[in-house]
Amino acid sequence: MVNRIVTGAHYGLRDWLIQRVTAVLMALYLLVIAGFLLWQRSFGYDTWIDLFSSNVMRAFSLLFLLSVFYHAWVGVRDIVMDYVKPAGIRLLIHVLVILALLLYTIWSVQILWGL
Amino acid sequence: MNKTRPKHLDLIKIQLPLPGTVSILHRASGALLFLALPLFLAAFDQSLRSIETYTSLTEYLAHPVAKLFVLGMAWALLHHFCAGLRYLALDLHLLHGLAGARASGKWVLAVSLLLTIVVGVKLW
Repeated sequence: MVNRIVTGAHYGLRDWLIQRVTAVLMALYLLVIAGFLLWQRSFGYDTWIDLFSSNVMRAFSLLFLLSVFYHAWVGVRDIVMDYVKPAGIRLLIHVLVILALLLYTIWSVQILWGL
Repeated sequence: MNKTRPKHLDLIKIQLPLPGTVSILHRASGALLFLALPLFLAAFDQSLRSIETYTSLTEYLAHPVAKLFVLGMAWALLHHFCAGLRYLALDLHLLHGLAGARASGKWVLAVSLLLTIVVGVKLW
């Protein structure tokens, strides 16, 4: 029997796939933002706040940030699994990273809608 | 049997192949971007909150140290972006063999550095 540990990988295709799906989403968002910024003749607070005033752009931005956080989780978990061997410390880092990313998610919603 | 090939892990003597360099930089830049996430979110928050916070953010970012930080992060993002696209292309079997892997690795390093220079010129 394979010895599986709680802080190990999930031994499946799901994270591999989600890493690529979120990557494509983030790339599209960044290209849209970069295109928008390059398109502007003059740039200031008005142009910036205008961009994020519509609910479509806010939703797209939240989708982007959620992709960032999930993508970061998979990446950081892989790094920690490669370099941190003691299961206790590894678990602690995993929990801290998850907590941080959940807090970032709440913060993101507050930034985009709670103002 | 007498093996004459060098077999050591002397970090000065051994060298990663080019795709390996691109790979470890992809990992390092990803880690950097993760660590900088709270700063990005704080800046995003400040930029949208009000005209006053927006103005003070632009003043912060005008400082030379802040500019250097932004430039470093720009490289991390650009390298991670380009290297990521390369991996997607590899997954889709668009790049073939060792030659394709090496050539695309060079392109990733070159394009991300070039775009970082463009960002630097824009900053100063």
